[in-house]
Amino acid sequence: MSAAHSHGPAVAEPTSFEFSAENLEHAKRIIAKYPEGRQQSAVMPLLDLAQRQCGGWLPKVAIDYVAHYLDMAPIRALEVASFYTMYNLKPVGKHFVQVCTTTPCWLRGSDEVLHACEKKLGIKAGQTTPDGQFTVIEVECLGACVNAPMMQIGDDFYEDLTAETTEKVLDALARGEKPTVGPQNGRLRSCPSGGPTTLTQSALAAGVKPQN
Amino acid sequence: MLRDEDRIFTNLYGFESPFLDGAKTRGDWSGTKEILDLGREKIIELVKESGLRGRGGAGFSTGMKWSFMPKTSNGPVYLVVNADEGEPGTCKDREIMRHDPHKLIEGCLIAGFAIGATATYIYIRGEFYYEAANVQRAIDEAYASGLIGKNACGSGYDHDVYLHLGAGAYICGEETALIESIEGKKGQPRNKPPFPAMAGLYSRPTTVNNVESIAVVPTILRRGPSWFAGLGRPKNSGTKLFCISGHVNQPATVEEEMGIPLKELIEKHCGGVRGGWDNLLAIIPGGSSVPLLPKEICDTVLMDFDSLREVRSGLGTAAVIVMDKSTDIVRAIARLSKFYMHESCGQCTPCREGTGWMWRVMERLVKGNARVEEIDMLLDVTKQVEGHTICALGDAAAWPIQGLMRHFRPEVERRILEYRTHAELGARVAAE
Repeated sequence: MSAAHSHGPAVAEPTSFEFSAENLEHAKRIIAKYPEGRQQSAVMPLLDLAQRQCGGWLPKVAIDYVAHYLDMAPIRALEVASFYTMYNLKPVGKHFVQVCTTTPCWLRGSDEVLHACEKKLGIKAGQTTPDGQFTVIEVECLGACVNAPMMQIGDDFYEDLTAETTEKVLDALARGEKPTVGPQNGRLRSCPSGGPTTLTQSALAAGVKPQN
Repeated sequence: MLRDEDRIFTNLYGFESPFLDGAKTRGDWSGTKEILDLGREKIIELVKESGLRGRGGAGFSTGMKWSFMPKTSNGPVYLVVNADEGEPGTCKDREIMRHDPHKLIEGCLIAGFAIGATATYIYIRGEFYYEAANVQRAIDEAYASGLIGKNACGSGYDHDVYLHLGAGAYICGEETALIESIEGKKGQPRNKPPFPAMAGLYSRPTTVNNVESIAVVPTILRRGPSWFAGLGRPKNSGTKLFCISGHVNQPATVEEEMGIPLKELIEKHCGGVRGGWDNLLAIIPGGSSVPLLPKEICDTVLMDFDSLREVRSGLGTAAVIVMDKSTDIVRAIARLSKFYMHESCGQCTPCREGTGWMWRVMERLVKGNARVEEIDMLLDVTKQVEGHTICALGDAAAWPIQGLMRHFRPEVERRILEYRTHAELGARVAAE
């Protein structure tokens, strides 16, 4: 669905795929959540497992493997893999940077966040750095609007960004560090930045100063 | 302002442990067996009495929805929790899942019992990786403590709770698309009837409820329906999570009483509009799909279902998107048109073709590169999309544009004239 998959790093299409022993165990636990004969329900979580095992994308052999594993026609699994945006059908960089640019993020400066990514990494949205470390794409609402603007890198949300803090996060990742997840402006999750206006007692007990 | 003792989500910001130890100190899982002992009919009656209306956007009576489920059934019956939070502006269920997941799990047990369900599936959007991890941990704790599973809470009732992760598709917030998705298919909405209460997940009777609708149920039953009904206004009762984003000094998610004046909500909890209330241009009061409101309506409107409907908008998910006078309002709405185009599942032609068409015209209107008559043509197209698709995504794409033209048409026309004038000037200069 996303047009952003077109400039992936040069990674050869693998010719075979099978789940690791650990993922096989995981797959069994997932299938057990669904009623007998309804194992097709596990296709989404199993495609996710396969994608994680493949380093962030789904080669065709992995989709076929999952289909076979669940006794589905391969086209049914491909249909799922190509419908949902979180499945990458082309390789992506080690750090998969998704910048939300939908209206609530846009109102608070997502253009600057995206430009900061492009400038810092020397690529345009939809592209991967030549060393295969970073892919940047523009995405639709990720559901953290009161912490806008934000970006997701891998599984992690980085929130309340500015151009400057965006660059800091990318720098830290490039150095092999793990930046602190969540708001980058020192604020506490979705609480007003000046301190909570509600839940006074539990704020005080947690050592957080309420507003007024 | 709502008193702290009347708040349901007392760990909204994660000041305390989200898990069982913390949840119990907040009163979760207390007297759950006694609640189940009331019986299905009584629980539904109490939830109806409380006036609880669905918190996912449509605002339909939760108790009424439950009463549509068959009284007896041979075989599985499902509760499905819609945690595919994706309506731009909305991030309230995220706070429940990461900071108060036991409220949701206990709600699943009680609601599941009330509708005669054998199991619950909680469908969480795939991007909420850590939120899902907290919900899963809460599920594991609840099983380990005998709160769910076989003989849940010692009630004699068996109820399993499973988590299912999405993978990036706004459309799965539509209940039948969500069901398709759990079945391992593309998330494309089903034709109705049959409604899920008759044939839902795996063609079995199913109720789909929003996270917040389910998570408030245990507290309502513990404190009594009259407590909940006593908050807010008649038919618009209770407390509500509001997410306020955009041009306010301190964006935040906060629980407030239904019917709080919009201005008070922003001034009390968000430090006011950036640059002061008079710097306000417009507000989208209920998530991206509801029509925006210009400042003069925002001055006095109350934040509940019926008040917002009276001004031809809606409470939706109570996601308040604030835009100050620096906002390019046409571009703000055009960006939403792009969102709906991206998220259309492609099943119905009016939506598949219409969302792209509307977005392309909106992009031209941002610049003014259009004829004035095209405004009416665009409105006509929104009317042709609205109500002519299987699900409400087509409507959701149409309403923001209708809202824009209702309140900001002079601005759109001004841009067209300005563009024209520039083009004519340019042509004259070139000719000279």
